[in-house]
Amino acid sequence: MASLPHSPITGAGDPWRGAEPAPKQTAPCLPGAPGTSKAGAIRARRARRRAEPQGKMPRCDTGGAARDSTWGQVSSGAAASGAYPKRVKVVEVGPRDGLQNEKNLVPTPVKINLINMLSETGLQVIEATSFVSPKWVPQMADHTEVLQGIKKSPGISYPVLTPNLRGFQAAVAAGAKEVSIFGAASELFTQKNINCSIEESLERFEEVMRAAKEASIPVRGYVSCVLGCPYEGKISAAKVAEVSKKMYSMGCYEISLGDTIGVGTPGSMREMLAVVMKEVPVGALAVHCHDTYGQALANILVALQMGVSVVDASVAGLGGCPYAQGASGNVATEDLVYMLNGLGIHTGVDLQKLMDTGTFICNALNRKTNSKVSQACCRL
Amino acid sequence: EYSFTGQVRFQGEPQASGLPEYIKIVEVGPRDGLQNEKVIVPTDIKIELINQLSKTGLPAIEVTSFVSSKWVPQMADHKEVMRGIERHPGVQYPVLTPNLQGFHSAIAAGATEVSVFGAASESFSKMNINCSIEESIERFEEVTKSARNMNIPVRGYVSCALGCPYEGNIVPDKVAEVSKRLYSMGCYEISLGDTIGVGTPGSMKKMLEAVMKEIPLSALAVHCHDTYGQALANILTAVQMGVAVVDSSVAGLGGCPYAKGATGNVATEDVIYMLNGLGINTGVNLCAVMEAGNFICTALNKKTNSKVAQASFSTATIN
Repeated sequence: MASLPHSPITGAGDPWRGAEPAPKQTAPCLPGAPGTSKAGAIRARRARRRAEPQGKMPRCDTGGAARDSTWGQVSSGAAASGAYPKRVKVVEVGPRDGLQNEKNLVPTPVKINLINMLSETGLQVIEATSFVSPKWVPQMADHTEVLQGIKKSPGISYPVLTPNLRGFQAAVAAGAKEVSIFGAASELFTQKNINCSIEESLERFEEVMRAAKEASIPVRGYVSCVLGCPYEGKISAAKVAEVSKKMYSMGCYEISLGDTIGVGTPGSMREMLAVVMKEVPVGALAVHCHDTYGQALANILVALQMGVSVVDASVAGLGGCPYAQGASGNVATEDLVYMLNGLGIHTGVDLQKLMDTGTFICNALNRKTNSKVSQACCRL
Repeated sequence: EYSFTGQVRFQGEPQASGLPEYIKIVEVGPRDGLQNEKVIVPTDIKIELINQLSKTGLPAIEVTSFVSSKWVPQMADHKEVMRGIERHPGVQYPVLTPNLQGFHSAIAAGATEVSVFGAASESFSKMNINCSIEESIERFEEVTKSARNMNIPVRGYVSCALGCPYEGNIVPDKVAEVSKRLYSMGCYEISLGDTIGVGTPGSMKKMLEAVMKEIPLSALAVHCHDTYGQALANILTAVQMGVAVVDSSVAGLGGCPYAKGATGNVATEDVIYMLNGLGINTGVNLCAVMEAGNFICTALNKKTNSKVAQASFSTATIN
């Protein structure tokens, strides 16, 4: 049986501009197109938008293909042999990351029922809620009731977000047995999101880590903006590796690398992972891909090829993107499981039950599913 | 064995990574896309769409289909469209020709490249074109014979390459067999279609391995539907195996006739975004494609199926 090509995928090109034509080839004749005045006007308009202050999502402007010479290297493990992991752990983030980005406030019993239904699907990890101040995240105001109200199945972990020591203590008091902390690879994003620098955020996390260690509570670390930032644009892989390493060294058992605005492609995913994997063992890595640009499953595929075996997803693709109104956010768990099933990778998840759960929450939210698998199967 | 390479392909040596340097995008929106849209699109809109697409750098744009208007009312204006479009140098404008009659009609209207549509499933062939695979092959042979005499390149499609709405699972060897028949009769390229979008990287790989035993890689294309959200992952798999021709539809035009409300073709914008990110040259200006997508969606009064377009236009309208 033929195997996948040995060498890794090439370096990240600019998804907007694309590769510059290779010198000895001529691209097909391009009459009109990029040189037209209309195209020029459009480019000028977009360039002006890029220059505008925060809140806008700048293009990842690398000025053409970046064929990094490190790309010639063959990465070890799965990619070289073309093999995939035999098992993948799916981390379900719908009840937290998903609902947090839904406009309508979801009643507590609905949240609890959602988590209980998810507990029946075979998922091993279900992110239940977030112990943040309800002033900042009203959707998660009922964190204590949710955590105490859900039916905790043995063998399933229900991590909760804890941005600081206070949140951690509240979480433990409410019965949490695992927590998550959220870092970022972008200074501006950190400033805007949690009002401090990366360094300061890591100091806060150290407090949580110390308390967690004492209480024997495992901590999962997230790194946001790993493939692009809504404020800074392009993010260097080295920065992602640096933050990941710090969080891993302080005791996080797993680092989930988040493509927060979904701008990543298989090219940039590959480049980023190659660098991060030098600092953090691949067994401790997870990917958290957003599907805002439709790239999530392709990005996840590349991550799997490089040996990553933990993937975050959200049932029904819950959770839009706060940086692009109307655009989608999290990748749908159903679509992920469909792909993994097709690859013969074991997840332990019952796709039918998962789709039923998606139907439930979409009905409750009075919205359509973002899962294409569900749509195709004539569900909402 | 007759083979016609059709248009010149600017395919360089594979990169050190094993990925193609260049990928030819075959834009099927005006035909496959519109054919599966409910609203009948006025001729001048179709022509304007194709003219806009001609300016994006796309090397091939499937224009229309010379089928009986009784079967496909959307394509009833095939002659007017074919005659009405601007023909840009360096851009191919293939049209579908299901049989000899359609072929002659296409040539008379000025077509310089045609496509024939086979299937890897007997049931699908019967339900779709009312004959067996073997009978369809005989019809196509008439077309390719005439085409050869007139120096007209013929592209072959194989539907249901990764699954059939009637038969379910399709054996990769069957896909290889039908592909080989089409290639041997003179099709310069075989586009393997995941007609109902059920394929995954797993089944894509298995199918391509079987087909690659019979057909040279350079003559293969993939035509993925995004009905189950798998299209880009499937295309990536194909590209990693060296496939360098990808079909797609601007704005993801064209639903799936077999799953009501579900999506169909993968969006050209999303494919280009991914290929750009991989450093693969397509020659296509993404923003220009988005403009064309915006045009046709406005004309059709529908939302785009392209996530790249959704994300870009909504970012643009923030603030």
